[in-house]
Amino acid sequence: MKKFMAVAIAGLGLAMTATVATAQAPATLAQVKSRGILNCGSNTGLAGFGVPDAQGNWQGLDVDYCRAISAAIFNDPTKVKFIPLSAKDRFTALQSGEVDVLVRNSTWTMSRDTALGLLFTGVNYYDGQGFMVRKKLGVTSALQLSGASVCTQQGTTTELNLADFFRANNLKYEVVAFASSDETVKAYDAGRCDAFTTDASGLYAERLKLTAPDDHMVLPEIISKEPLGPATRNTDAQWFNLVKWVHFAMLNAEELGVTKANVDEMLKSSNPEIKRLLGTEGKFGEAIGLTPDWAYRIVKQVGNYGESFEKNVGQGSLLKIARGQNGLWTKGGLQYAPPVR
Amino acid sequence: MTDATTENAAFFVRRETLPQEAAPLSVAGPLAWVRANLFSGPVNTILTLVCAYIVVTSLPEIIRFYFLDAVWTGSNRDACLAEKVGRPVGACWAYVADRFQYFVYGSYPVTQRWRVNIVFAMFALGVVWLLWNNAPLKKLGAFFFFVLLPISAYILLLGGPGAQNLLRYLIIATVALAGVYMVLSFAPSLLGFYTGAAQLAVEHELPPWKRFYRPKRLILMALVAFGLIAILDQSIGLPRVDTGLWGGMTVTFLIAAVGIVFSLPLGVVLALGRRSRLPIIQLLSVIFIEFVRGVPLITVLFMANTMLPLFVPQEWSPDRLLRPLVGVALFAAAYMAEVIRGGLQAIPKGQYEGAMSLGLGYWNMMRLIILPQALRIVIPGIVNTFIGLFKDTTLVTIVGIFDFLRTIEATLVDPTWATPTTRATGYAFAAIFYFLCCWGMSRYSISVERRLAAGQRR
Repeated sequence: MKKFMAVAIAGLGLAMTATVATAQAPATLAQVKSRGILNCGSNTGLAGFGVPDAQGNWQGLDVDYCRAISAAIFNDPTKVKFIPLSAKDRFTALQSGEVDVLVRNSTWTMSRDTALGLLFTGVNYYDGQGFMVRKKLGVTSALQLSGASVCTQQGTTTELNLADFFRANNLKYEVVAFASSDETVKAYDAGRCDAFTTDASGLYAERLKLTAPDDHMVLPEIISKEPLGPATRNTDAQWFNLVKWVHFAMLNAEELGVTKANVDEMLKSSNPEIKRLLGTEGKFGEAIGLTPDWAYRIVKQVGNYGESFEKNVGQGSLLKIARGQNGLWTKGGLQYAPPVR
Repeated sequence: MTDATTENAAFFVRRETLPQEAAPLSVAGPLAWVRANLFSGPVNTILTLVCAYIVVTSLPEIIRFYFLDAVWTGSNRDACLAEKVGRPVGACWAYVADRFQYFVYGSYPVTQRWRVNIVFAMFALGVVWLLWNNAPLKKLGAFFFFVLLPISAYILLLGGPGAQNLLRYLIIATVALAGVYMVLSFAPSLLGFYTGAAQLAVEHELPPWKRFYRPKRLILMALVAFGLIAILDQSIGLPRVDTGLWGGMTVTFLIAAVGIVFSLPLGVVLALGRRSRLPIIQLLSVIFIEFVRGVPLITVLFMANTMLPLFVPQEWSPDRLLRPLVGVALFAAAYMAEVIRGGLQAIPKGQYEGAMSLGLGYWNMMRLIILPQALRIVIPGIVNTFIGLFKDTTLVTIVGIFDFLRTIEATLVDPTWATPTTRATGYAFAAIFYFLCCWGMSRYSISVERRLAAGQRR
């Protein structure tokens, strides 16, 4: 009896999802607007990208991205519901429609972009594996690390990248691996090894936990590619474009010198690029289902990319990560946005 | 007997009582205690020495780290950095003090936290009312704790139009009930079909305001509670606070309370079902219990929070916090059922036969004779399950619910308090919290056991 019921219920459920899936290709933007709130799949806690402050409000680079989307849609950066997702259930939550967009420092890889049915909209942070060493070693480049012992976490891609890098450069090295990231940092702090390696953004966060953070430095070499970016479902092109252009708007604003503070003055600017961006000329926002002043709302309420970067992970934060690859293309970085026209 | 011997004997007779001698050192006093309890044999001697060594080596270090070198005040990581303070730094209690609000309320909006405080206060009142042996009006207390508290907590914590509508309906229903009893007070014979003639005669004896005073008392209390909440709603307002913002101890207590409150009655029903002679009921109970005990709690939580949304359309999908609540409650119920079944099996057959020979039906037999005895036997097992359940609530972190432990872990990654000792402090605080809760439960269960077993002591 119970078995029969279970089968019946399961069948009913499948039929329901099938009808829902076929009847309407879900327009995410319309859903978000009617719901009145953006469901943003977020991190459960990562320094600089998404961390609750003393009042319990989320702060970080990824958090600002969600707030920017909310600002563009609702003219209110607070209409975001952050749904913290673990690494295991993040993509399922996006596929099932439980979150509208996943901004959870996920690495953009080919298999995730293709086989999982997701679309990565861009890269809001270029991360990659780096090295931290003691300043008194006198090392200024990872290529000088020959013969060094390196602390790393067991069984991660970090360990494999490390092997690749040293073999490719014909350097001798010794791995000291630990089960948890915490143990690894402790061991490095205690002097068990000369260098410590993990993702560069993580290096800056872990450095603060050392007994004397100022005695350590992060080397400039990045030995792996970890492009982190937001993802959407691949069934909704309009929504994909919206999420993508929120990032581009923040980048263009930085490039054109439009900031949170001067955005109101910039409305009167005669620069045609600024006019198009802020919606005083043309109606570019309507193509992605928004109002012409969509970018103005983002910059006014959240800021441009550079402001968000410096506030959360850069010089305005405790992490003090250099712009590096995340600088604008005009300043030798990789962040490049197509023009609004 | 000769004179001579009596004379000689008299020589040894003592005229006065000797002052009592102290017991020899080998059988009384601290030295004897030490010998009997710590060094009674070679094995015990070795064990004692090993334990003493561990305590001597670790305790001063622990006290130094957590108390003597600890930092108690400060507003950011600089307060707990050895190089900034200029002395070795132990536990960073300033960090716990700074983030304490977050540990209690999670992301619950600051301006709405008074609502959580009210629920905490109601919870404390209910717990004291029920657990304190000499408290008056126990039945009223049970009604408060098991009916009024959950409803009030739901309305207060969640708020918004849904909760406000519920509150409105509840007030209307309570007022209607009050009206019905008002009429019945003056015309009790209307209820004659239900109470029976004997009870009716008793009620007739009383003046109108004293008739049916038990149900009327419950209704009055419900009216007061709902009325107060309605006043709060009207004056300050109860905007909706999404469950995604709930966190910290609030969520830990919520999950534990829901699990405990629902698992016990559900467990009793399942245990009775498993011992039932009706084949379908027995089969269903067995399937449920064995299935739930056969899968880990983590699987249930994953199923609820990761897989369920794939099967159910988005609009129908239950709340993200509700899913683990239901999962935990059902999970605990299966374990509870087996504990209670153990108690049922320990009751001799004579008790059942005696109950039946008195003419009691199945439910009265269970309620009056069997369950009171069975539950008393298994109090240690029940509390064991409760304590296990309380600690299992930490598993909800893996599905993205911010319970108490998760809020600590979330603050550990925050650069504001990133110091070498923050982690040790945070986890020590968590350990103290969980220990106090579990220890409290276990002490209470011991006192209940003593009280209920007073007549059985051999």
